[in-house]
Amino acid sequence: MTDIAGIASQAPVVATARGARSFRLSTAGYVGLAIIAAWATAALLAPVLPLPAPNASDLAALADPRPSAAHWLGVDLSGRDILSRIIWGARTVLTVAPIAVAGATIVGAVLGLFAGYHRGAVDAVLSRTSDIILSFPVIILYMIILTKFGASAFNIIAVIAVTKAPIIYRLVRAMTLELREREYVAAAQMRGESALYIMLVEILPNARGPIVVDVCLRLGYTTIAIGALGFLGIGLPPPTPDWGGMVRETYGMISVYPHMAILPCIAISSLVVGFNLIAVGLRRRVRHG
Amino acid sequence: MARYAVRQLGYMALTLLVVSCAVFVLNEFAPGDVARKLLGAYATQEQVEHLTQQLGLDRPVLVRYVEYMGDVLTGNLGQSLTFKVPVAQILLERLSNTLLLAAIAFAVIVPLAVLFGVLAGMREGSFQDHSILIAANFLSSLPEFATGVFLACIFAVWLGWLPGTSPLSPSGNWSIASQLVLPVLVMALYDMGYLIAMIRVSMIGVMRQPFIRTATLKGMKRRDVIVKHALRNALIAPFTAILLQINYLIAGVVVVETVFAYPGFGRLMLQAAMSKDIALVEAGALVAVLIAMTTQLAGDLGYMLLDPRIRIQK
Repeated sequence: MTDIAGIASQAPVVATARGARSFRLSTAGYVGLAIIAAWATAALLAPVLPLPAPNASDLAALADPRPSAAHWLGVDLSGRDILSRIIWGARTVLTVAPIAVAGATIVGAVLGLFAGYHRGAVDAVLSRTSDIILSFPVIILYMIILTKFGASAFNIIAVIAVTKAPIIYRLVRAMTLELREREYVAAAQMRGESALYIMLVEILPNARGPIVVDVCLRLGYTTIAIGALGFLGIGLPPPTPDWGGMVRETYGMISVYPHMAILPCIAISSLVVGFNLIAVGLRRRVRHG
Repeated sequence: MARYAVRQLGYMALTLLVVSCAVFVLNEFAPGDVARKLLGAYATQEQVEHLTQQLGLDRPVLVRYVEYMGDVLTGNLGQSLTFKVPVAQILLERLSNTLLLAAIAFAVIVPLAVLFGVLAGMREGSFQDHSILIAANFLSSLPEFATGVFLACIFAVWLGWLPGTSPLSPSGNWSIASQLVLPVLVMALYDMGYLIAMIRVSMIGVMRQPFIRTATLKGMKRRDVIVKHALRNALIAPFTAILLQINYLIAGVVVVETVFAYPGFGRLMLQAAMSKDIALVEAGALVAVLIAMTTQLAGDLGYMLLDPRIRIQK
């Protein structure tokens, strides 16, 4: 949908071929990396951390569900520990989002390389198709598909991959159109290399800077999408600890126990900010070489 | 240009056809579902089959699709299962609610985005530029439901200045106008960052142009350089992006509408999809695509009008 850092990556395609070699981050990038690393560590360690099980309800705690010594962040309406659910929720989103984005990237990059390199009818058909997918309000597409086929992790990954692939496709296609005119591509063609070799060995590595930046952005927006699906009630089925779902379950109580809804909101916001900061940090490096 | 418009209209019709067909097939692939939904869980398999036959749902999906499109073209969108009213009626009602919200949000977002985008882009790399960019980036990183929860906590729960829900009917002491404030604010905060960044990039590009330097060197005041020369040119490129926001504002605001219980198009679609109200889902999807294609076409045509250098070849 909306992507801020993506806009800036449109302009300097030429400079990227040089800049792509160094993936050093700027300060913003390090802050983002630290946020993501913290969440990833928490998610990885979830099973060994001294936390109550995410779905275990402590009914005694319901008398006062606010943060206490036993439950640092309090409990939700079913008496489940919020800290534990947030950390296990990180595990959920940090599994689903990267797989979905990886799927979108692979599909988008392969088709983009192909369309940009061969052009012609294939390009026309693929570009029109991606235009159609992009013009459709994705959230409505998600609703139709997920209510029809059920909201399993696999289905969520599939719809996100299909709707995000056109964005990566456009980027890779545009870069391929430009890179295919380079001397080294002409040289490879003279050597008699196959089209596949040229696409994967000559063009793709030189396009990787902007692709990596875009992947970070997609991770952020996919996190938002997964959260939104959970919030709308068409995300991962309960009782899976899912941040969007946690907000959905407790939102009606914000006038009494605001912490129940606010805490998962802070969790998801920080994760998205982290991904976007990495994208911003990377892009600065990619751009200035 | 007229030829271009006609071509695009044709393309639009084709897209609509493809999408409607896809949605129809997706929804009606298993015809037993409809009858089952109508009759409830306790109906026997025989009854379901009988009704399926009676409704003509046992015929091939393509035949039914052609029939459906015929109905749609004559203005008959069918009957909503959940609301027990004609689809057109409920759709129109909710759509107009959403249009109200979208119009206000658009009127808030565009001037502010232009202001901040220009302020940031007129001095690339300055403190002002960095602060605006960081703020814009941060705001658009927050999911709408999170912004909604934060704002509702602050303004509805703690301060008590605004209502936390927006049912669009006078509830308690809250006027309808006050019910619109929080939804518009959430939409504006989420959506504005993108436009600000877009306008900023365009502004930076314009400020590097020779004619800006000429204007500055001939002694023109900086204010006049920005307002008279830079601004006009800086708004051409983001024009399409600005129009495309309409698309989000109308069809993409499911989450905001759900947060504030706003009786709009997005929430209607969610309810329809969840209760498998197929006629409503299909009509709604058509409307959504129609809006998307219209804004796209308007954006392209407006862009061409604004910038005479653009000539469509092909």
